[in-house]
Amino acid sequence: MIFTSCNNIISPLGFSTQENYQAVSNSIIGVKKIKLPFSQDEFCVAKISDDKVQEQLTHIKNAGTHTKLEQLSILSIQDVLNQSGIHPKDNRTLLIYSTTKGNIDILENTYKNIDSKRVYLSVFAKHLQSYFQLAHTPVVLSNACISGILAIIIAKRFIEQGAYDNVLVCGGDILSEFTISGFKSFNALSNEPSKPFDANRVGINLGEAVSTILVTNQKELATPYNTQIVSGVSANDANHISGPSRTGDGLFQCLTQITDKNTNDIGFISAHGTATPFNDEMESIAFDRAGLHTIPVNSLKGYYGHTLGAAGVLETVLSLESMKHHRLIKSEGYETKGVTGNITMIESHQDKNFTSFIKTASGFGGCNAVALFRKI
Amino acid sequence: MDALIEKLKGQIIEQLNLAEVKPEEINPDSPLFGEGLGLDSIDALELIVLLEKHYGIKIQDPKDGKTIFQSLRTMAEYIKSQGKS
Amino acid sequence: MNTINSYAHIKYNQVSVNGEIVFQSNPSLSLAEFLSEAYKALGVSYPKFHKMDAQCKLGFLCAEFALKETSFLTENDLTKTAIVLSNAASSLETDRIHQHSIDDRSNYFPSPAVFVYTLPNITIGELAIKHKITGENAFFVSEQLDANLLVNYTESLIQSGSEAAIVGWVEVDGANFEAFIFLSEKQKDTNKNAIFKPLNQTSVITIYNQTIWTH
Repeated sequence: MIFTSCNNIISPLGFSTQENYQAVSNSIIGVKKIKLPFSQDEFCVAKISDDKVQEQLTHIKNAGTHTKLEQLSILSIQDVLNQSGIHPKDNRTLLIYSTTKGNIDILENTYKNIDSKRVYLSVFAKHLQSYFQLAHTPVVLSNACISGILAIIIAKRFIEQGAYDNVLVCGGDILSEFTISGFKSFNALSNEPSKPFDANRVGINLGEAVSTILVTNQKELATPYNTQIVSGVSANDANHISGPSRTGDGLFQCLTQITDKNTNDIGFISAHGTATPFNDEMESIAFDRAGLHTIPVNSLKGYYGHTLGAAGVLETVLSLESMKHHRLIKSEGYETKGVTGNITMIESHQDKNFTSFIKTASGFGGCNAVALFRKI
Repeated sequence: MDALIEKLKGQIIEQLNLAEVKPEEINPDSPLFGEGLGLDSIDALELIVLLEKHYGIKIQDPKDGKTIFQSLRTMAEYIKSQGKS
Repeated sequence: MNTINSYAHIKYNQVSVNGEIVFQSNPSLSLAEFLSEAYKALGVSYPKFHKMDAQCKLGFLCAEFALKETSFLTENDLTKTAIVLSNAASSLETDRIHQHSIDDRSNYFPSPAVFVYTLPNITIGELAIKHKITGENAFFVSEQLDANLLVNYTESLIQSGSEAAIVGWVEVDGANFEAFIFLSEKQKDTNKNAIFKPLNQTSVITIYNQTIWTH
């Protein structure tokens, strides 16, 4: 059996999983309209305050020699190492890093004393390896917006293969002019806090976050979550490189493979829900087609924006926390149904006893991934 | 108008990387999307960039693209109407 | 035993299939020129090819050459066919083009058709679209071809339900480029393919080093 274990979230809502869960429980959202250094216009984004990062730097060796993403990643991974007691040099432990753009801000000449080679994801990963003295070179996964959840699925597969006992899955991406200008050219950004699955949704908010979760076969590390990763799969729409399948084909294929027709104990679906018109519509159709129309759905993008390579990890961690607290988290930003698929949105925080949930993600390149988590 | 349409043909072929399409094959009245040139959603966004880059025209609401980009002729007429040709 | 049934390798403006060079262009051609020549040599018409960035073009061509003489696409269930690719530079070559388009305030035209290629897994998407392959996806970034990672991950996919996989390396970084793709299948009772190597690290390293390039 493969378990989820200690975890961390670093986001505008806090530097630990507890702080983040507390904030979301109190319906605090991390998305705000702010001015960014590169533009006169305001952008509605979820940005981690520079001052808060500054306060944390005393916990990092030679903090000035790391990029922002490296600093946040070090803090997040260190927190999980501390909680779990796993020795980073342990030969049975692997780090998988999930990101779309890594240190992309190096291209913007943001840093003076950072080796520009660290814009290469493999060099970035080796930098983390040398910081923690990890036994193995980290595996880097860059598979658009499904990277985070796919990295968790891959962690399970590696452990099942017998190569490792523990896999630290860290997902991270930062806000950059690079991604903001790109999504803007796609006309995909919302100038207001995003409204996943709502009739008035117009697009995404970009966000930054780093989140880490330990995946393990060590039963003693399973508490207090006592949750296993039951199954996980990915599939491609084979339809278009940026537009999702109108009929939700890839996501549907994933859902039918993992739900095993037994959906009775599934408490909720943590959807991708980016709040673009096409994405949410596609998801609703896939959920409906898969016979999941009665299962409550939320998207956490209303709190965090779209955190790209971090999203799948962050949203899994927060969903695990919500299962631990027997609570469904409201799908922030949702008011009026704005999708054609028959689905049930979570319209307010509510108590509920449940023993499993589904996490889904879909991304550019036509990719989709779904995982099922269940209490043991 | 015809000169503008010819100019647009070249710009569209270049901007949208339609390497296997010859200018004379594009009928100014055929639909640009769906059948016809088989353009897709990314091409639609690229045409917005084309108008801004080459003609200084900013389309504020991308939904307007639907009518503007019906055919080469509607596109040319729109550019004329903005006094930017 | 799972197998490797066909492979292609593109480097130094040359294309090799199963270890034999099948196409070469003038070594002085640029990457863009070489890709265009190789596309003509392949002899297929696929207008979407011209819209791709260099990395996708390279991956597309390498996969086409690997698939060309095989029955891989007709013999395997494409809903259970995985695509696993890797490289060192992620999408950095196209990232630089996008960054360049926003560097200059007075000439600020980020292009959606460029930005969409600033993710390495778009190459997987292009292969999936071309051949209607809907199975597992993964794009790994490693300093160099990691035969161990690719073989182990392909094995784990086959253990968890995949029946075939297109696996390899597709890299474009400045003037340097290389693609290496092999087709892998789950053990079958009968196997008609001429090339028939066990899927393991030694095979991958052997076939990767097999081609004798013309210099």
